[in-house]
Amino acid sequence: MEIRLVGQRVLGWVDDRFPLSKLWNEHLARYYAPKNFNFWYYFGSLALFVLASQIITGIWLTMNYTPTAEGAFESVEYIMRDVPWGWLLRYLHSTGASFFFIVVYLHMFRGVLYGSYKKPRELVWLIGMVIFLCLMAEAFLGYLLPWGNMSFWGAQVITSLFGAIPYIGDSLVEWIRGDYNVSGVTLNRFFSLHVIAVPLLFVGLVAAHIIALHEVGSNNPEGVEIKKTLNAEGVPLDGVPFHPYYTVKDLMGLAGFLIIFCGVVFFLPEMGGYFLEAPNFEPADPLKTPAHIAPVWYMTPYYAILRAIPDKLLGVVAMGASIGVWFLLPWLDRSPVKSIRYRGFLYKSILFIFVCTFITLGYLGSHPPTPILVLVARVCTAIYFLFFLLMPIYTVLDRVKAVPERVSH
Amino acid sequence: MKQKKTKIFLGLWGFIVLLSLVPSLLQAEESSVPLDKANIDITDLPSLQRGARIFMNYCSGCHSLKFVRYSSLGEGIGIVDASGVLLEEAIKKNLMFVGDKITDTIQRSMTNEEGAKWFEVNPPDLSLVARSRGSDWLYTYLRSFYLDPKRPWGVNNTVFPDVAMPDALYYFRLQFQHEKEGQAKYDQAVLDLVNFLTYVGEPVQLVRKRIGIWVLLFLGVFFVFAYLLKREYWKDVH
Repeated sequence: MEIRLVGQRVLGWVDDRFPLSKLWNEHLARYYAPKNFNFWYYFGSLALFVLASQIITGIWLTMNYTPTAEGAFESVEYIMRDVPWGWLLRYLHSTGASFFFIVVYLHMFRGVLYGSYKKPRELVWLIGMVIFLCLMAEAFLGYLLPWGNMSFWGAQVITSLFGAIPYIGDSLVEWIRGDYNVSGVTLNRFFSLHVIAVPLLFVGLVAAHIIALHEVGSNNPEGVEIKKTLNAEGVPLDGVPFHPYYTVKDLMGLAGFLIIFCGVVFFLPEMGGYFLEAPNFEPADPLKTPAHIAPVWYMTPYYAILRAIPDKLLGVVAMGASIGVWFLLPWLDRSPVKSIRYRGFLYKSILFIFVCTFITLGYLGSHPPTPILVLVARVCTAIYFLFFLLMPIYTVLDRVKAVPERVSH
Repeated sequence: MKQKKTKIFLGLWGFIVLLSLVPSLLQAEESSVPLDKANIDITDLPSLQRGARIFMNYCSGCHSLKFVRYSSLGEGIGIVDASGVLLEEAIKKNLMFVGDKITDTIQRSMTNEEGAKWFEVNPPDLSLVARSRGSDWLYTYLRSFYLDPKRPWGVNNTVFPDVAMPDALYYFRLQFQHEKEGQAKYDQAVLDLVNFLTYVGEPVQLVRKRIGIWVLLFLGVFFVFAYLLKREYWKDVH
């Protein structure tokens, strides 16, 4: 009893000076989330977990990593062999990178399924898209650090893309690399950006993402606004406090996620060459180009689009557009309903085709381009962009069903 | 309406079938030498020790294992006494031909410049070769040398055409020539060597799998409790 009183007094002292209880209530204890979240709703909190895990393992990796062309490759093997538990930190971090994308892709697809980007959540979506750009930048920068041969050639190819920009291209590439080729200088600056600049931006944007979400409230699989039906105290009838309901539920989700994640970390860290690529176990060698240069799986759909376009500049533009077009999603979708559950057959079919196309592009991007595969990639690229360009038309033509007033059961 | 739906449905399936043809297109394009399967078992300590002996006698003159220490190698491949203490003298006598401290990394006496001068290509470090090339590749490659007078060393390789490396195991192989089932014995010896290199590529692989089982068991139990906790909290929500 005494201890509890002391605790209350300490909390009171803090609350008079910092909105601790207020923050706790606004974001957890009295943040009302729809009670009908399903499987797809685990991935937001999981993404947050993976971010924390990447930062913590990253800090410890940095303690033993040497960001120089002479020492980088060796220091990674030193971490793998001589640093106690270094192998675990490294595999958690390398597997974490791939799982970050798995979780974020599923998180984004949830948004597409249930129309979570639609009014009033446009900013939640836009901030999320900027986070996705950060994630891609972070992954690309981090991939150079082991200084393996694929690290080197991947960075060489991707930085060279900036050379396609007219007039300033060549000087821009040189400015980015800090050298005429990818070199130790590039490694140094990529290290700096990877461990400080991008993570800082990342954490800030995640905070903004959550603040924006909690301002408007979460969407749900029915696409119904729970704030429309409140009880006498102004609490949504179909909502439950995030804490403890979703904290315990997400804890269960985390346990399930960790079983899969640790299964990979401890038993399949290379994931058949998809998470750790074989050529990257050879040190960077500017004179020895790998048989075929392919980015890690999470970048391959965009890489396939880049290669599908015969012109270099247009290819770069198309690749940029393939990511940039996602920013427009809230305004391209003209459907009166949010959730896939109340959309018509037309929309469902088109979304299905898009998902297949996206996966095919990912597959194509990780393999060498042969004439027939380039043709397939071109068709897929066309479908990819048509999905967005025609969206204002087919979402209007789609026969939607009536949306209920409340989260039904 | 119903008919239209069926048509679209069939169209969708046709689309899927077309896309599923993509992998077969790839296989048609990516032809390479078929590799023999190496039956790797890095829990087989005698095999790892035999592999270490072959490596030190036939490979280490040109190839280093610069990320591996003699001491940790000895522990990993079981050169220890009954109480698990490292047999330093046995390692020094049988495996250490260069270097003086048991904690040294496995280096070679040739410099990079000499290597490049003598062999066209500097013989690479092999610490990670099993991870960059794969065990099957190594197993097949080492058994695929053939006589070719056009090459500087008089040999060539079907897996790695015009390779700069001579057939280093040639004299080793001669031992088996007149033995009964000599080919099978030689294949086993190469497998021992590849087994050893596979261990060396990632010495921690057995440790991580052993720990991994406990981690998954713990997470399984944790999941059950997390599920029960969730069910307890959610039982009143309808």
